[in-house]
Amino acid sequence: MYSRGARLNKLLLALALLVPTLWVPMLQAAELEKKVVIVTSFPKELFQAYAKAFESKHPDTKVEVLNKPTSSGIAYIRETTSNPPDIFWVSAPDAFEVLKAQKLLQKYDTKAKGIPDKIGGYPIHDPDGFYKGFAVSGYGIMYNTRYLGAKKLPVPKEWDDLKKPVYFGHVAISAPSRSGTTHLTIETILQGAGWAKGWADLMEIAGNYATVTERSFGVPDGVNNGQFGIGIVIDFFGFSSKATGFPVEFVYPTLTTLVPANVGMIANAQHPKAASAFIEYLLSPEGQAMLFSPEISRLPVLPSAYDKAPAGMPNPFKDASIGAAVKFDTDVSELRYALVNSMFDRLITFRLKELTSGWQAVHTAEAALKKKPNAKASEQVAQARKLLTTVPVSAQQAADKNFTAIFKKAKKDKPVPQRQAEIEEQWDTAAKQTYAKAKELAESAVKLAK
Amino acid sequence: MRWTTGQIAVAALLAAFLLLFLVVPVGQVILVAFSDGAGGVTLVHFQDFFRTSLFRESFYNSFYVAGMSVLFASALALPLAYFTVRFHFRGAILIQTLGVIPLIMPPFVGAVAMQLLFGRNGSLNLLLDQYFGFTIPIMQGLNGVIFVETIHYFPFILLNLSAALANIDRAMEEAAQNMGASGWQLFRRIVFPLALPGYVAGAALVFIKVFDDLGTPLVLNVTNMLAPQAYLRITSIGLTDPIGYVISVIMVAFSLAALWASALALKGKEYATVQRGGGGLAKRRLKPWEQAAAMALIILILIVVLSPHIGVFLLSIGTIWSFSVLPDAYTLKHYIAVFEESTGFIGNTLLYAGLAAAIDVVIGTAIAYLILRTRLVGRQTLDYVATAALAIPGVVLGIGYLRTFYGVELPNGQPLATFWVILVIAYAIRRLPYALRSCVAALHQVHIAMEEAAENLGAGKATTVRRIVVPLMAGGMLAGFVTSFVTAAVELSATLLLVAKNADAPIAYGIYVYMQTAAGRGPGAALGVIAVVLVGAGTYLSHRLIERERYQSSLEANR
Repeated sequence: MYSRGARLNKLLLALALLVPTLWVPMLQAAELEKKVVIVTSFPKELFQAYAKAFESKHPDTKVEVLNKPTSSGIAYIRETTSNPPDIFWVSAPDAFEVLKAQKLLQKYDTKAKGIPDKIGGYPIHDPDGFYKGFAVSGYGIMYNTRYLGAKKLPVPKEWDDLKKPVYFGHVAISAPSRSGTTHLTIETILQGAGWAKGWADLMEIAGNYATVTERSFGVPDGVNNGQFGIGIVIDFFGFSSKATGFPVEFVYPTLTTLVPANVGMIANAQHPKAASAFIEYLLSPEGQAMLFSPEISRLPVLPSAYDKAPAGMPNPFKDASIGAAVKFDTDVSELRYALVNSMFDRLITFRLKELTSGWQAVHTAEAALKKKPNAKASEQVAQARKLLTTVPVSAQQAADKNFTAIFKKAKKDKPVPQRQAEIEEQWDTAAKQTYAKAKELAESAVKLAK
Repeated sequence: MRWTTGQIAVAALLAAFLLLFLVVPVGQVILVAFSDGAGGVTLVHFQDFFRTSLFRESFYNSFYVAGMSVLFASALALPLAYFTVRFHFRGAILIQTLGVIPLIMPPFVGAVAMQLLFGRNGSLNLLLDQYFGFTIPIMQGLNGVIFVETIHYFPFILLNLSAALANIDRAMEEAAQNMGASGWQLFRRIVFPLALPGYVAGAALVFIKVFDDLGTPLVLNVTNMLAPQAYLRITSIGLTDPIGYVISVIMVAFSLAALWASALALKGKEYATVQRGGGGLAKRRLKPWEQAAAMALIILILIVVLSPHIGVFLLSIGTIWSFSVLPDAYTLKHYIAVFEESTGFIGNTLLYAGLAAAIDVVIGTAIAYLILRTRLVGRQTLDYVATAALAIPGVVLGIGYLRTFYGVELPNGQPLATFWVILVIAYAIRRLPYALRSCVAALHQVHIAMEEAAENLGAGKATTVRRIVVPLMAGGMLAGFVTSFVTAAVELSATLLLVAKNADAPIAYGIYVYMQTAAGRGPGAALGVIAVVLVGAGTYLSHRLIERERYQSSLEANR
């Protein structure tokens, strides 16, 4: 039982916690509002550095940061339109596209000068003016040196290396449906190699996946732990893990894809002046230079900022090998955005066990055939490979607006010919059968080669 | 029995609370499951669900995992509960407290620690590989999920079973002994059947919780289960198809069916015993070798179930821990970082979880009373609605709250949804099923004759409840409070949506913020350890409190 004193204390505690929430900040006649509210998915090291720097420049404005996963951030903004936060600050352009489509962003023109329109074929700012790119990052391969050493694995350098049988069960990636930046990488590979060849590459690398993680940070986390040896990650995950002291390295493959990190002002922002000031600060030479600090490790979008770049930082504006190999077509990407995600999930993420055991059988058969060639077995293995690398959607279908629309939100006035659930079910059934068939073929090839 | 106005008023209040904070907000979100996109109502999405082999497979997997988890959780909980309640044991309270700790699995860090210990290249497998040349895939696939769920949720059974065992009338046992029963027979025929309400309450909770659990499969990247399928559908950016909500509806329906089945198992039997004050089962002293054997078994179980926490502790004091059996070196700097930056989270967590658990026990007791002691129409509905909260993903509840309460303004103009009290209510709603099951089980064991006696002596309904029912239920209510408090303290998914200000955030949010970067792993783990220690201490203290009261009341009874 509580004594009366204890009860009183409890009440006081509750009151003490209540009071600050009842306190209404009074607006001053100063130029900027008293605070700016930012919804971001960026790590603490990044948002704290900018919040601090901004507050010391504008001491009368407090930066209030709500750190949420991107999907929660979108839901939060969608549900809070009566009194919205000011700034949405995350990597994935798709998140901004969703908000833009729901009219939850407002156009913003920056006064910042010197930022080019495009980087490696990819537009830095939203062409419609709703969000601005403030940094770019490259995708690449991160690996745990202790892991590779213990398992005696060679260091991977290119995407194609990841297809090699030695890496079976050692590679991880996050699902493109869960990570907008992973999606861009997948899309770049598809655009670079072409639809059919691109998927074949992706499916063969997928044969070596240990797992497909649900969070993009799950991949660097697992590599840091040593749960898997190799991760397909964005560069700053690699750099910052290394800076923390983990036994990891990061390499850019020749065909790197550059992905932007963005910022945008939310429609009807309550503190528009402070919000503009914050965005301007991000894009200013000072804000851009801050990206180079080791715990942030991102690439500025302002070319002049690279004058102060630390050693070893690549310059995508000069170094033609980064990002330039692919001319990224945003229209193509946008059209098949949901389709690509759905295919990846159905053919790879949810059927990973079946897919990898199919590839394992193919690897075994190919190793056996190397020792003892057999024409019929080779043909069976080739067939198995074909089954494992062919996707049920043709390039033509992927470019067909009517087909891709099935995977977008159905508009009331535009009935779709088939429902997404039906098509996905067909893929799923087909995937299970194909992978099992491939495994069967490869296993019979092994028998022949014995 | 007649309906009294008091009962009707209580029922109406409860119904209003559940309607306002559970049914309406959640309904607003999951209505999509029945919508055809053009304003009409349709069941076509449900047909899609059953036509899709992936979902059928997911359903089967969830069912299998939940069933196996109940089995293994029982195997862990039974000896712990029985030994500590039945025998004189040094540190029985400590064992009971440690038995609760697994429920406090700090988000993210708990998972990292599990991977570092039991993962494919965790400590155990590295050692096995080094000395014996093989590894065990403990943390992979459905078996991994069963393993983690079992050691995470077995305290539900432990707590409720212990409370029930402690409530059994010693006279029953003595009668059986006089008739020659002893040992296993005594346990199987008398003790366990009398404690059945507690066991069933715990087992039902484990089953439903595991069936609906999202965190564990996600951490292990097992996606072919229902909860992750729903979650991935609901939270993927730009994905708006209704199947995620359909899965939520199906999970709710199935959880309620499981609950109904468990109620059926207890139906038509009498569990209440009349005599009170005996202080539960007679405690026996163990012979030294028996004591040693029992201790060894208990310690073994505790090591297994507490290993994630040992792992989190190592993470919090380790520098770098990567592909090695133990961290490379040790340091205190993570704790320093946490105390410099994040002390506000700690107070918030205690306040929110404490308030939420208190609300849960009050509501749980009220609903239990209405179900078992009155014949009000629709009293079972209250139970089912409250329990349905188990199957509602935190994300759905969070979105529902924002949608329903963001437009509602407090007198100072602040939206209700951003007021910290809404976090308390969200926790209370999400954890209510735990407290409710414990309260129902506790009341099951109180014989109605006690209340009738009080009423015959002239006590009114309210007095009877306050002076007779509540004290007799105290053990079960405490079990409910502890489970609610402990699990609310680490709730994540609704928290992430509803936190509107850093100053209002609880520990779970702090851990999330830290765990977004490689450098934050140590401080995140330190914050996790602080959460575990605080909540563990709270649990220990409440056990002490209840033990003391029980001791005193048994002294009085024996006087």
